[in-house]
Amino acid sequence: MSKDIIKPENLVYRRTPVLTKNTMHYCPGCGHGTTHRIVAEVIEEMGIQEQTIGIAPVGCAVLAYNYFEVDMQEAAHGRAPALATAVKRLKPDFFVFSYQGDGDLAAIGTAETIHACNRGENITMIFINNGIYGMTGGQMAPTTLEDMKTATSPYGRDIAMMGNPLKITEIVAQLPGTCYVTRQAVYTPALVRKCKRAIRQAFENQKENKGVSFVEVVSNCNSGWKMTPVAANQWLEENMLAFYPLGDLKVSK
Amino acid sequence: MAKGAIVIEIERCKGCGVCIPACPNKVIALSKKVNSKGYNYLEVQNDSCIGCANCAIVCPDGVITVYRAK
Repeated sequence: MSKDIIKPENLVYRRTPVLTKNTMHYCPGCGHGTTHRIVAEVIEEMGIQEQTIGIAPVGCAVLAYNYFEVDMQEAAHGRAPALATAVKRLKPDFFVFSYQGDGDLAAIGTAETIHACNRGENITMIFINNGIYGMTGGQMAPTTLEDMKTATSPYGRDIAMMGNPLKITEIVAQLPGTCYVTRQAVYTPALVRKCKRAIRQAFENQKENKGVSFVEVVSNCNSGWKMTPVAANQWLEENMLAFYPLGDLKVSK
Repeated sequence: MAKGAIVIEIERCKGCGVCIPACPNKVIALSKKVNSKGYNYLEVQNDSCIGCANCAIVCPDGVITVYRAK
């Protein structure tokens, strides 16, 4: 029966050709894969594959340039917004996006992030927040929640000793250079659709020269959190979203 | 009678199972068999797919292609 249905005219969904055929190196169930896919789908839907330049970070997504079928540049650790600034100024007609994790954007790259957002560069910044350093083995990040166990906070993050978790998205929302700041997630179909609309908006803003569009994606790190992918998504919903609530923080007209 | 059908790229599937709770009709489950990387890949269990594409939309690796009869 299903053979009657599997025909080109009945196609509802297929992997976008803006992603390469390479199998991603991310752990099973990682939100990076989903986010890559929806960014690529937005590029496909807008028809801007030839006019898009992506900036890859350092961290788990360091090999992002192997997966996007667009021109990519690799930045030094944390410097993706600075490189995106340069690319956008040299090629103002191109769509430029940076793709960074929380260790890259909110730790070593805090200065670049804040100054690019404050200058109001006309770029799209995608920020994956999973509250941990995934690639290096699950160490504590600035975004790690209170009492959350990591390799370097094995008894949980102690605020008195290790400081408070950083809400960088709230910080950049206050800066005059940002035009669109939102926090999304990608662990259910409805949230993926919503996140895709937010990323579409963030790319559309570049046409109108509005300033930085900043999309945070609260994601899981099932290897770092030491959970199964489905349990990690459950944990994300119960713990991460209480501290990092979803929704738009700033939408300028 | 199924209204929809999915095609799973078995070799690319990592068996994370994120798609399984997303399916409204419990059509999909992880196989007892493994692919060449050792992952228990996704397989279709029954004939009640409606082609909603929820599984494909949450799949981190984009392994699912969805068809729906018109």
